[in-house]
Amino acid sequence: MKILVCISNVPDTTSKINFTADNKEFDKNGVQYVINPWDEYALTRAIELKEAKGGTVTVLNVGEADAEPNIRKALAIGADDAIRVNAKPVDAFFVAQQIAAVAKEGNYDMILMGKESIDYNGSQVHGMVGELLGIPSVVPAFKLDMLDDSTARLEREIEGGKEVVEVKLPFVASAQQPMSEPRIPNMRGIMTARTKPLAVKEPVGAEAKAEYVGYSKPEKKGGVKMIDPENAGELITLLRNEAKVL
Amino acid sequence: MSVLVFVEGLNGEIKKSSLEAASYGSQVAQQLGTTATAVAIGEVHEEALARLGEQGISKVLYDADSRLNQFVADAYVKVIAKAAQQENAKVLVFSNSNIGAAVGAKLAVRLNGALATNVTSLPKTDGGQFVVTRGVFSGKAFADVNLAGDVKIIAVKKNAFEITQAAGNTAMVEKLSAELSDADFAAAPKETVMQDTEGGVLLQEAEIVVSGGRGLKGPENWHLVEDLAKALGAATACSKPVSDLDWRPHHEHVGQTGITVSPNLYIAIGISGAIQHLAGVNSSKVIVVINKDPEAPFFKAADYGIVGDAFEVVPKLIEAARALDK
Repeated sequence: MKILVCISNVPDTTSKINFTADNKEFDKNGVQYVINPWDEYALTRAIELKEAKGGTVTVLNVGEADAEPNIRKALAIGADDAIRVNAKPVDAFFVAQQIAAVAKEGNYDMILMGKESIDYNGSQVHGMVGELLGIPSVVPAFKLDMLDDSTARLEREIEGGKEVVEVKLPFVASAQQPMSEPRIPNMRGIMTARTKPLAVKEPVGAEAKAEYVGYSKPEKKGGVKMIDPENAGELITLLRNEAKVL
Repeated sequence: MSVLVFVEGLNGEIKKSSLEAASYGSQVAQQLGTTATAVAIGEVHEEALARLGEQGISKVLYDADSRLNQFVADAYVKVIAKAAQQENAKVLVFSNSNIGAAVGAKLAVRLNGALATNVTSLPKTDGGQFVVTRGVFSGKAFADVNLAGDVKIIAVKKNAFEITQAAGNTAMVEKLSAELSDADFAAAPKETVMQDTEGGVLLQEAEIVVSGGRGLKGPENWHLVEDLAKALGAATACSKPVSDLDWRPHHEHVGQTGITVSPNLYIAIGISGAIQHLAGVNSSKVIVVINKDPEAPFFKAADYGIVGDAFEVVPKLIEAARALDK
């Protein structure tokens, strides 16, 4: 089984988010980058399936050279090889077309990625890739097992419940917890990752549809009003009469 | 041309988030000098569809194929694409739900449209542009995005728009048939399992959320969260450590890698307020923090705070909430 796992390189979850002075660009200054946490659920599940059933796990990133440390980290966690499409990931449609081109060429059985990236939170790429390839996309999945060599069983979240879906390979799925328990690379993994293949490909011609023209931050709160714990019931009165939310 | 809104049903009624999308869609239509049509799929009462007139919808296209009672992306996409073609829709509006986001992405490819999810503003359309604001960096920022191309697809953030009400207006309901084949249902779910939601309040759509953290010391104390939620008609949620410890199910985990909520009122009990948790809740209109540690970072993001022991404070809140006349 050939599994393709798409990862994005995103600011660490603890990052303070800032923009350049003109609010036109994200300010990378002092920001640590990590593998998108949602993608890690997809990556570990892919490695678990490989360990149980055999096959290969290829990691794919659409991004610039500064993503390579995190691509190596994915190899250290247990992926076999990696591909980086050398392009700025300008929007979801552009990225989806790059992934679809790589997927078509490599004939993968399963294309996995996180439910969304924690930077742009689009939740768009998986659905677009499925549509571009004409294969099902099961999103957002929190359980993935193989029933036999050609059929997978997934559980996906819907508002207020879950659905059980059985699909034939190939398919696209997006991952969320508790699909797997993300792993920390061990020393042996880190050593072997250095020599695993990382191919750099140039992007296919593709158009972007969404142009990011500016950024802003939420307004700061006006300050907190403290209530005496002895008179805690007063809070309910304030929520009704002052905040008017009850 | 027109604006097309996809509305989702639940137990025969239209979901609250879809009423928000309908209100948004009719405002966009007004802005563009056209009308808004809705497309509904599966099991929804016809009276509920006609009532979409109150949100400014003039016509509803309804595909009652019973195979659509459960969500099947390919089939849904086909129905919506047919409605879009019939109405010559240039703007499509969805709720940013699991279904809306899944269908929106596929339609963007099929209709060669530009998609923005998690949208929090009406479009600015001066100078031939079409700019919407959307939430990015997991609630820590907003981005303005210009959608290029002929067709724009917008998934609106839940709880970000008021439901408009023009009492008495009714929409015309027309049947739509997309002539679906068995192949469209190849990835149909084998089984659908709904959770027991206490009082029927869905966390993602709730106007009030009561959330508990490790400060509650164990799952056996969750009656405090549940009783307060019940008294306020709220949904219950929890922090990441609590779901990691299996005190509560994963689908209640609110935060950067869980569910993002934006209720009118978010009450956090025994949650310190790590930056990842704040990212999931900071678009809530009013935040209340109850924590015995006065240095808990959550107080900086709160509107109201109580420094005190949850086991003493919460019972007082439950009592006061129960005494409220509804």
